[in-house]
Amino acid sequence: MSESLAIDVQRLTKRFGEKTVVDDFSMQVPKGRIYGFLGPNGSGKTTTIRMMCGLLKPDAGGGTALGHDIIHESRQIKSRVGYMTQKFSLYGDLTVRENLTFMARLHALKNTKSVVDAALEEYALAPRADQLADTLSGGWKQRLALAAASMHDPGLLLLDEPTAGVDPKARRDFWDRIRVLARKGVTVLVSTHYMDEAVQCDNIAFIAYGKKLIDAPSADIPERVGLVTWRIEGKGLQPIYDALHGADGVDQIARFGSALHVSGRDAERLERAIAPWRGQDGLIVEKAKTGLEEAFIWLMTGSEDNFQ
Amino acid sequence: MTSFSRILAIMGKEFIQMLRDRLTFGMMVGIPVMQLLLFGYAINTDPRHLPTLVEMGDNGPASRAITQAMETSEYFDLIGLTTSAEETESALQSGDVLFVVTIPPNFERDLLRGDRPQILLDADASDPVAAGAGAGAFPTLVQEALAPMLGEMHPPVETVIHRRFNPAGRTALNIVPGLLGVILTMTMAMMTSMALTREAERGTLETLLATPTRPHEVMIGKITPYVFVGSIQVAILLTGARLLFGVPFLGSPLAFLAAVSLFILVNLSLGFLFSTVARSQMQAMQMTFFIFLPSILLSGFMFPFAGMPAWAQTLGQALPTTHFIHAVRSIMLKGAGLEDVIHDIWPLAVIFAVIATLAMLRYRRTLD
Repeated sequence: MSESLAIDVQRLTKRFGEKTVVDDFSMQVPKGRIYGFLGPNGSGKTTTIRMMCGLLKPDAGGGTALGHDIIHESRQIKSRVGYMTQKFSLYGDLTVRENLTFMARLHALKNTKSVVDAALEEYALAPRADQLADTLSGGWKQRLALAAASMHDPGLLLLDEPTAGVDPKARRDFWDRIRVLARKGVTVLVSTHYMDEAVQCDNIAFIAYGKKLIDAPSADIPERVGLVTWRIEGKGLQPIYDALHGADGVDQIARFGSALHVSGRDAERLERAIAPWRGQDGLIVEKAKTGLEEAFIWLMTGSEDNFQ
Repeated sequence: MTSFSRILAIMGKEFIQMLRDRLTFGMMVGIPVMQLLLFGYAINTDPRHLPTLVEMGDNGPASRAITQAMETSEYFDLIGLTTSAEETESALQSGDVLFVVTIPPNFERDLLRGDRPQILLDADASDPVAAGAGAGAFPTLVQEALAPMLGEMHPPVETVIHRRFNPAGRTALNIVPGLLGVILTMTMAMMTSMALTREAERGTLETLLATPTRPHEVMIGKITPYVFVGSIQVAILLTGARLLFGVPFLGSPLAFLAAVSLFILVNLSLGFLFSTVARSQMQAMQMTFFIFLPSILLSGFMFPFAGMPAWAQTLGQALPTTHFIHAVRSIMLKGAGLEDVIHDIWPLAVIFAVIATLAMLRYRRTLD
């Protein structure tokens, strides 16, 4: 069974001093999947990823990545995993090409030059090959980091908030590349707190306060969250927003273009709250399917920041 | 308008930050205390109790009066008597003693006959400061020691002083080889510790640790370039010493090579060790200074090692710079060979083994 799993970890626990950062965390990621790793800041995403590739030793629990024990075989894991850190962590005082060459040599790749040339070509970095990494913009740094992390043909990519602080176009481009890699059979575990990225994932694990709360295929997430949603479309939505915000039965209200999505856990109380606006002229009020978007806003706001 | 509350706010914030940065605060308190103790107690520019060997050719009451007087003067510590000229020579060469007093055979007889016998004082003048005071006091001391025995017979003896290794008493001869030690201590330890903490500070250490690279590969790869840098520094200093100051190189190049390579390795591993403790380049630099100061003050670089009190000498023995400077001076100025400086080489080897082991043990293989 572990043959078909890229990541198989059980009951991982990590403490820093008094604080338990990751608590009894288990997860199984099938090969070839894009797995989204969601949670607010400080929820333990980075720590979990670091334990999976042998950068941190768990205080309890264990498991395998690509079939290798995460505690005792971290060297084998490291040579088969591409890890992209949250903060750009290549050498700013080296050029793009020098950085890639360095990484290729650390992975003891053969034909370093042709591997690097191929990576420069594939990631359209060739025109900037001789530019110092520090002088690249955020989006280009990200691209360089992904190139560096995937040059040795890893079976598993661990991407820790790869698109934080990158403009939307660069983010779209980045995700196109991730899907290309996934189609080649690479398993991708990507942490994020962008909703539009989460929807691109096949599966989603949601973590807060170091605990995994939800782990399901993306399509099943709205149902798991258990929200009922109404959609209100029309003109003059602001007064409605103000009136419904915090009203009894309304757990969440969000604006999507020219419509309001009003959600709540209790269908009856929500319906009572909505009632005054039903049948009004120029307003379309209808029951809607709770989307991933509502589910995420709900999950993210429900657990705020985890730094305490 | 000046706002006092703003000034107070900034002051308060500075104090909080200062107190949180334990290491810096420790340095600010520690350095004055250390300096005070070292300058007050350990450093002595009028050094006394310098190790002295006496070659006794004659064992009569006059000779004993002289050795007695030398002890009483406090300039000399008689660490032994010998009758072998070879032994005295090697003791001087290796730096075990700073003075050798030779009392010739039949000294007593010649003295009483009024033949004005000679007493020879060989002084290791490679450190002019250390040798100066004792050598200056010696003739008077001898005359006074013999006065009660001889009454009016003036002058009964002739004292001959040989300033060995540095007859002109030039300070440059002593300082330049010492500089080699101090500069290597400073730059080697600082450069490696900063180069490594820079990786941690910029986050590139995580990238490095996430690859299959082994710890010793990192250590060797990071240290080797600095061995080259160190060699260049040595070459520059040696050339400059020769051309500008006329500092000779009399001893064995092999012994020199052994001492220098070992010493560079010691300092590089020391830098590596610092980097496993320091969390920033700033801290790494501060730690280097903490070792740098005693290395200047207690190693015999600036002030005569033999003139320091016993506890300070013990402390100094723990510093690699002490052994290195000692060995290099012997090699360059006194023409010492490997066998003469072996007692400085093995402590360096021991210090290297200890520091390198500590550094490897402390090196983080993970981000824990």
